[in-house]
Amino acid sequence: MNRIMEFFGRRKVWAFPYVAVMAVFVVIPLLLLGWYSFVDEEGFTLKYFEKFFGSTDSLNTFIYSIGIAMITTVVCILVGYPAAYFMADKQFSTPKVMALLFILPMWINLLLRTLATVALFDFLHLPLDEGALVFGMVYDFLPFMIYPIYNTLQKMDHSLVEAAKDLGAKPFRVFWDVVLPLSMPGVYSGILMVFMPTISTFAISELLTMNNVKLFGSIIQENINVGLINYGSALSLILLIIIGLTSFLGGEDDSK
Amino acid sequence: MKKIFANIYLWALLLILYAPVLIIFVFSFTEGKVLGNWTGFSFGLYSNFFKGEAGPLLTSAIVNTVVIALVSAAISTVLGSLAAIGIYNMRSSTRRAINFVNSVPIINPDIITGISIFLLYVFCGISRGMGTIICAHVAFCTPYVVLSVMPRLMKMNPNLYEAAIDLGATPFVALRKVLFPELKPGILSGFILAVTLSIDDFAVTLFNKGSGGIETLSTFIYADARRGGLTPELRPLFSIIFLTILVLLVIFNVRNAKQNDKK
Repeated sequence: MNRIMEFFGRRKVWAFPYVAVMAVFVVIPLLLLGWYSFVDEEGFTLKYFEKFFGSTDSLNTFIYSIGIAMITTVVCILVGYPAAYFMADKQFSTPKVMALLFILPMWINLLLRTLATVALFDFLHLPLDEGALVFGMVYDFLPFMIYPIYNTLQKMDHSLVEAAKDLGAKPFRVFWDVVLPLSMPGVYSGILMVFMPTISTFAISELLTMNNVKLFGSIIQENINVGLINYGSALSLILLIIIGLTSFLGGEDDSK
Repeated sequence: MKKIFANIYLWALLLILYAPVLIIFVFSFTEGKVLGNWTGFSFGLYSNFFKGEAGPLLTSAIVNTVVIALVSAAISTVLGSLAAIGIYNMRSSTRRAINFVNSVPIINPDIITGISIFLLYVFCGISRGMGTIICAHVAFCTPYVVLSVMPRLMKMNPNLYEAAIDLGATPFVALRKVLFPELKPGILSGFILAVTLSIDDFAVTLFNKGSGGIETLSTFIYADARRGGLTPELRPLFSIIFLTILVLLVIFNVRNAKQNDKK
């Protein structure tokens, strides 16, 4: 009895249930994802990857999805950077209220937000095409871009800006040579936070374009849905590799 | 001049961001079946919604969402808080390994989390339902609880727990009387975060709900939208959720501001 008490008294032991849960629901499922991509009823096979790389249709969708995700990310930077810049500058606005207003929509269910965008486009009689898709995704993920940039800008050492000004730099040069490089870590994490969800999204694109535009995520979901588990797993693995590469490269840039 | 431009930019952006929300809010006060069709002011949709006339499916979806969120957040909070304490007391090499695994569900897109857990159920031949959804939610919420408890633990004096033990407290008493009060803010914010994540989740639920007819609000809305057109009663629900969050956030921030003033 005493020994049992002693065992549970060691605080390390308190993490064991968590470790077990993570092993069963995080590590093993990811291993299974790899397993199902390469092994089916007939044993080891590469045919699911051959199927993907062999069909121009799925390759096109894949490249198209990366393209849409990139466009969304770029638009988010172009729209979000000035917003974050103005918010962080105390002479322009009341930053706390603004920051709150920009993250408030994040607390609303993503699907409801997306449907609200559809409603807006219907209301204005705009077509539900790629434009709508990019608008909707920017609308859904813009706060993820604004927030990290705003954070780095706010923590930035303002004496550097003063110094640049004192040394005679024009406003544009102050921004280009001082502020922008200092805010790059925020931009990088913004890119990660926007690019990763947009590349894997499926419901948003279906709802925004009435299923006219198919993204890679939708293809994965459809295959899983109709029971093509092996092919779905292989596609998921490809997506996972892209995500891994992005976060790896992003992390590299971050450490510079 | 610059100031005016900056303000115009920010407010214009906010107007665009909030336009969809405003449209749904405005059209929750009319009974037109199609959004954008104004048929006169009425509280009809609100009363339909509260009388449950939008159909039993919507009601059960709301109940399911709340039950799943509370149960999985409670489990995640207990698991995650204890885990944070445990991890904190581990050797640094083990700690690094666990921290890496902890970050996996956070970085992974939800579709991958959803599919991989779905594969686990397929592999083991477990039929899917409420329980499998809750397990999946626990899996992706717990890491966030660990992350929100950890900083409190770092700030705490590590000798307090030892002192309690030396003075004769059992580990359980020391946990309840020493660790818990110190970690409470982190545990609480972890719980709230877990509830929010669970309610917001769509992809993980979709893959793990099975075909038994269990829907959460997210999957209900998805199915509804795919059938072509939103159930009108979702408009009042959406407006109520939005206003509740707005009020909560305002209260929370006013209180925070007051506390900061005191310091």
